[in-house]
Amino acid sequence: MLSIKNLHVSIDGKEILKGINLEIKPGEVHAIMGPNGAGKSTLASVLAGRDLYEVTEGEIIFQGKNLLDMAPEDRAKEGIFLGFQYPIEIPGVSTVNFMKTAVNEHRKHKGLDPLTASDFLRLMRDKKALVEIDSKLTNRSVNEGFSGGEKKKNEIFQMAMLEPKLAVLDETDSGLDIDALRIVANGVNKLKTAENSTIVITHYQRLLDYIIPDVVHVLFDGRIVKTAGKELALELEEKGYDWIKEENGK
Amino acid sequence: MAKEEQDKILDEVTQSDYKYGFVTDIENDDIGRGLSEDVIRMISAKKNEPEFMLEFRLKAYRHWLTMKMPEWAYLKIPEINYQDIIYYSSPKQKAKLESMDDVDPEIRATFDKLGIPLDEQKLLSNVAVDVVMDSSSVKTTFKQALAEKGVIFCSFSDAVQEHPDLIQEYMGTVVPIQDNFFAALNSAVFSDGSFVYIPKGVRCPMELSTYFRINAENTGQFERTLIVCEDDSYVSYLEGCTAPMRDENQLHAAIVEIIVKDNAEVKYSTVQNWYPGNKEGLGGIYNFVTKRGICEGKNAKLMWAQVETGSAVTWKYPSTILKGDGSSSEFYSVAVTNNHQQADTGSKMIHIGNNTKSTIISKGISAGKSSNSYRGLVKVTKNCEGARNFSQCDSLLLGDKCGAHTFPYLEIGNKSAKVEHEATTSKIGEDQIFYCNQRGISTEDAIGLIVNGYAKEVINKMPMEFAVEAQKLLAISLEGSVG
Ligand SMILES: Nc1ncnc2c1ncn2[C@@H]1O[C@H](COP(=O)(O)OP(=O)(O)OP(=O)(O)O)[C@@H](O)[C@H]1O
Ligand SMILES: [Mg+2]
Repeated sequence: MLSIKNLHVSIDGKEILKGINLEIKPGEVHAIMGPNGAGKSTLASVLAGRDLYEVTEGEIIFQGKNLLDMAPEDRAKEGIFLGFQYPIEIPGVSTVNFMKTAVNEHRKHKGLDPLTASDFLRLMRDKKALVEIDSKLTNRSVNEGFSGGEKKKNEIFQMAMLEPKLAVLDETDSGLDIDALRIVANGVNKLKTAENSTIVITHYQRLLDYIIPDVVHVLFDGRIVKTAGKELALELEEKGYDWIKEENGK
Repeated sequence: MAKEEQDKILDEVTQSDYKYGFVTDIENDDIGRGLSEDVIRMISAKKNEPEFMLEFRLKAYRHWLTMKMPEWAYLKIPEINYQDIIYYSSPKQKAKLESMDDVDPEIRATFDKLGIPLDEQKLLSNVAVDVVMDSSSVKTTFKQALAEKGVIFCSFSDAVQEHPDLIQEYMGTVVPIQDNFFAALNSAVFSDGSFVYIPKGVRCPMELSTYFRINAENTGQFERTLIVCEDDSYVSYLEGCTAPMRDENQLHAAIVEIIVKDNAEVKYSTVQNWYPGNKEGLGGIYNFVTKRGICEGKNAKLMWAQVETGSAVTWKYPSTILKGDGSSSEFYSVAVTNNHQQADTGSKMIHIGNNTKSTIISKGISAGKSSNSYRGLVKVTKNCEGARNFSQCDSLLLGDKCGAHTFPYLEIGNKSAKVEHEATTSKIGEDQIFYCNQRGISTEDAIGLIVNGYAKEVINKMPMEFAVEAQKLLAISLEGSVG
């Protein structure tokens, strides 16, 4: 599904990712953990095509296609979804209008006709129920004035609407209360199929109690320095990152 | 987004083409360049005008000679040579028009191309249209259907011939000839325009619309619109404007006068899309317009709604004199400037009657190297009790080479007045664009979504038939621009 080889990324001449290698197969859930500033969000942004970052070396192949050649909107339509660590507010643009445009762009890409208004509203209703998001939120402008947790929930709602092949969730759990965490995790699990994959970026083992990862990676100083099963998350929770730092000579 | 990328996209905006810039090849009857009393006599004679019209024109001309072009607007305008303009140019047509079939096929083709077919059956079912090309009204549709209700909707020239009493009674009462430099000039040389009269108690059964088109070279367009709404009547009126692409600037100096009597209501909408000049700032229309209405009667209502995307320079402040007790006025505006366009627009609300109410909602959108200013006046006279005004001026910037300015003026002469003013400035962030991109929405569509969301409040006030057009126009005029 996704194959990242020797990925080097800089911003303003400063190297942030220093040779990432990552293979994800259909149906897998990978967790990426790592200290603040390690480069987790950078990796997520590069996957989504943010051109703030310069890819200096390496390649990313997604479903047989060279991802780095594609515009962000084309990557999205090919099935990559990024749940933002800090979702953006778009005042004046209603969530309904925003989602309708997005969903119909995805459909157009697949050669399908746009949804009728009633079909679209039905889809909205079903997905709202799935992630237990309040209509009060979806009736407002995109993320405008949403609380931190509400924004995160809205990311999962949008993911449910767009049914991506690869979802990259960047700290979707931070800022969520216990109930919201369970709801969001349930939403992610319900959307899981044998074909689609998920990358979960998180600082907390807690989320991984709900979303069980197949593989856990530790990203440290721009490199993946450790890869293991889900027990690695528990070990990190217990011991922190110092032993990783020591192992890597810092 | 990288800086060069931004610049590249900003450059692309400037390449989005003006889609109405063609020229129609028709024979024109013009009077040559220059302005003098003789020229004015000639215009008046060509139009076979009664004596009072010639007097009005000459008085205005003599006054204009004593005036100077205003300098206070936040605009940079090269000097205009008023002797280099053709003041009267009319598409040559054989004899008088009796039916639609008599309209010159070239002119018909022009309006077809603009999406305004002249055949009545092809028109939007509920809109009567008057089209004015250069100095002459080409055709007014649905004249008959309106006449049955007693509504008069015709070209200004026809009105001078057929209803001279009404013209003499109302013309120049809201915008007097000495009002300002361009008003005086227009009063001296105006060639055509539209006249609307709604009798007492009549709700005009359809939208009325005038379509202005500048076609001939070196001509100025000076039209006048006069709308009179008797007690308890209602009309919704819309004007649209386009012009060909030319390297030299062309002058458009119009006057709109609106008189609203007891309990009557007028909605006046504008979609202004004159040629804005090319991306280097060459050519384009100078749009200097005086629009003013008076809510003369009690509880009279006047609403202005405008979407302004064209012109190299726009100077325009639709205003309302709230004279009748309990009268009210609203002003809703979206003004887009791109490339080298300059706009200085806003509104004036003059509260005279008691318990009068006004609302000003102004949304400026600037892109490219353009400059977009809001200038508004709220005036409450000394004896006016209980006046209320709410003004909101928002600016949206795309890119960092454009500018937005707000100049609100308040003159409050009575302590009972309640006046509120709010202003915001925002930018379309590249993070917003990226967020949309990540959901599968292209940058163009993202800007369209954001701009239309921003302008929604104003667009919603336009007649339904035109709201969609206005939305498209906004998207087109900002094609490719990101901040
Ligand atoms: N636009 C930028 N300009 C300069 N430096 C940047 C920029 N974006 C990220 N960086 C730097 O790149 C490094 C990696 O940042 P990134 O956001 O990927 O970390 P992270 O692993 O997601 O951290 P966190 O756990 O705090 O979210 C940090 O040192 C950060 O300061
Ligand atoms: Mg991060």
